[in-house]
Amino acid sequence: MIIGVLALQGAFREHMKCLKKIGIHGKLVKSNKDLEGIDGIILPGGESTAMGKLLVDFNMKENLSNKIKNGLPAWGTCAGMILLAKKIDGENKAHLGVMDIDVKRNAYGRQLGSFSTEKIIPEISDEPIELVFIRAPYINSVNNGVDILCEVDGNIVAAKQRNILVTSFHPELTENRAFHRYFVKMIKNNKSV
Amino acid sequence: MSKRYELNKNLAEMLKGGVIMDVMNPEQARIAEAAGACAVMALERIPADIRAKGGVSRASDPKMIKEIQAAVSIPVMAKVRIGHFVEAQILEALEIDYIDESEVLTPADNVYHIDKSKFKVPFVCGAKNLGEALRRIREGASMIRTKGEPGTGDVVEAVTHMRRMNEEIRYIKSLTDEQLMTAAKDMGAPYELVKYVNEHGKLPVVNFAAGGIATPADAALMMQLGCDGVFVGSGIFKSGNPKKRAEAIVKAVTHYNDPKVLAEVSEDLGEAMVGISVSDINANNRMADRGW
Repeated sequence: MIIGVLALQGAFREHMKCLKKIGIHGKLVKSNKDLEGIDGIILPGGESTAMGKLLVDFNMKENLSNKIKNGLPAWGTCAGMILLAKKIDGENKAHLGVMDIDVKRNAYGRQLGSFSTEKIIPEISDEPIELVFIRAPYINSVNNGVDILCEVDGNIVAAKQRNILVTSFHPELTENRAFHRYFVKMIKNNKSV
Repeated sequence: MSKRYELNKNLAEMLKGGVIMDVMNPEQARIAEAAGACAVMALERIPADIRAKGGVSRASDPKMIKEIQAAVSIPVMAKVRIGHFVEAQILEALEIDYIDESEVLTPADNVYHIDKSKFKVPFVCGAKNLGEALRRIREGASMIRTKGEPGTGDVVEAVTHMRRMNEEIRYIKSLTDEQLMTAAKDMGAPYELVKYVNEHGKLPVVNFAAGGIATPADAALMMQLGCDGVFVGSGIFKSGNPKKRAEAIVKAVTHYNDPKVLAEVSEDLGEAMVGISVSDINANNRMADRGW
């Protein structure tokens, strides 16, 4: 199994390290060519405006969007979640636009609003998981069979729709690998269908 | 280490592989954001103008910073003078995303840098070598950048500082346990951070390049030398076509290892900033020598 990690900007190296730790081969994705032969893709944290622009500039937007629509498992953390959303609060354009969620950027304000907390997310693990929010977005609302996996203070911060997983927070910045294992499981289930 | 410090280090992680651009007004900030900047640095005068105009250079007007914060959704950074902790308190009150305690402004203290651990907002500081980087980190900086020589468009000092940092990291990594205290004493750096570098072979925080980067090739050069991202100060808005140059530098940082892409994005960018050769600048006008 090879998992691609979108490497246009942001914290892609952290995801690569996590994959290595659970024995999965990770591949940096910077072009359409790199999108070939991957079994799933992680869209990392960073700046969604920068990554969104580079997806267009390097002609990857439509290709990646189609692949995800056709079933390629995808997981977006923070900025990655914004790239996947069909609707971004206050903006009239989406990036990849593949998931039925309406997200709010910088929902907790500026860096002084960044925080971390702990939570048990039954779908992912029985153990509490550290959730790190860095100038994070959250989900205002969901549509069409999106499963809500986790809420913090009444705001949706993790969700899943078929082959797409999104988290407002950054499991790659913690020592807990439960989310990465869960994504690997999603890919395995996807293959057996 | 505090939770807040971890969160601040992690914001720097998110900026990696990106370009932080100096902007002087909301319009430039919007151009930078649209070009794919991962953050902007709000300042009244970019380093090239500070050099030309002379005089005392201070932190920017809060009004101007607030206008830039309102104009863009990406992180907004701003500079304070070395040692000027009240300018830093003011920026914290504005909820700035990152403070740059910067040698570009006229130093306010010839002896002490700001005790950055007292602040909730993160700090980035310049460094010419490993010892300086580790001193700033111990004071609470959660991100480091090379000093380079700001406002020149001459990349030579950024290269020198990055190479020196890399060499010193390799040297520290090669040492045995009993050598570490002597090394810490020699470079004037805190022992526990020297030990960290010995164990991990890298700085404990993100390290960007800054000071003299003017072209996509300059940016890619710094990335190939091992930095995590780049600051471009005067290089963009002192050039003939800021929008095109900004976009090109962003693409060059993503594909820093792909000469074909670098050739494409370097094409037809219009005039680069005129620049001054660092060797033509008198020692007492060198910004990199401010701070210690």
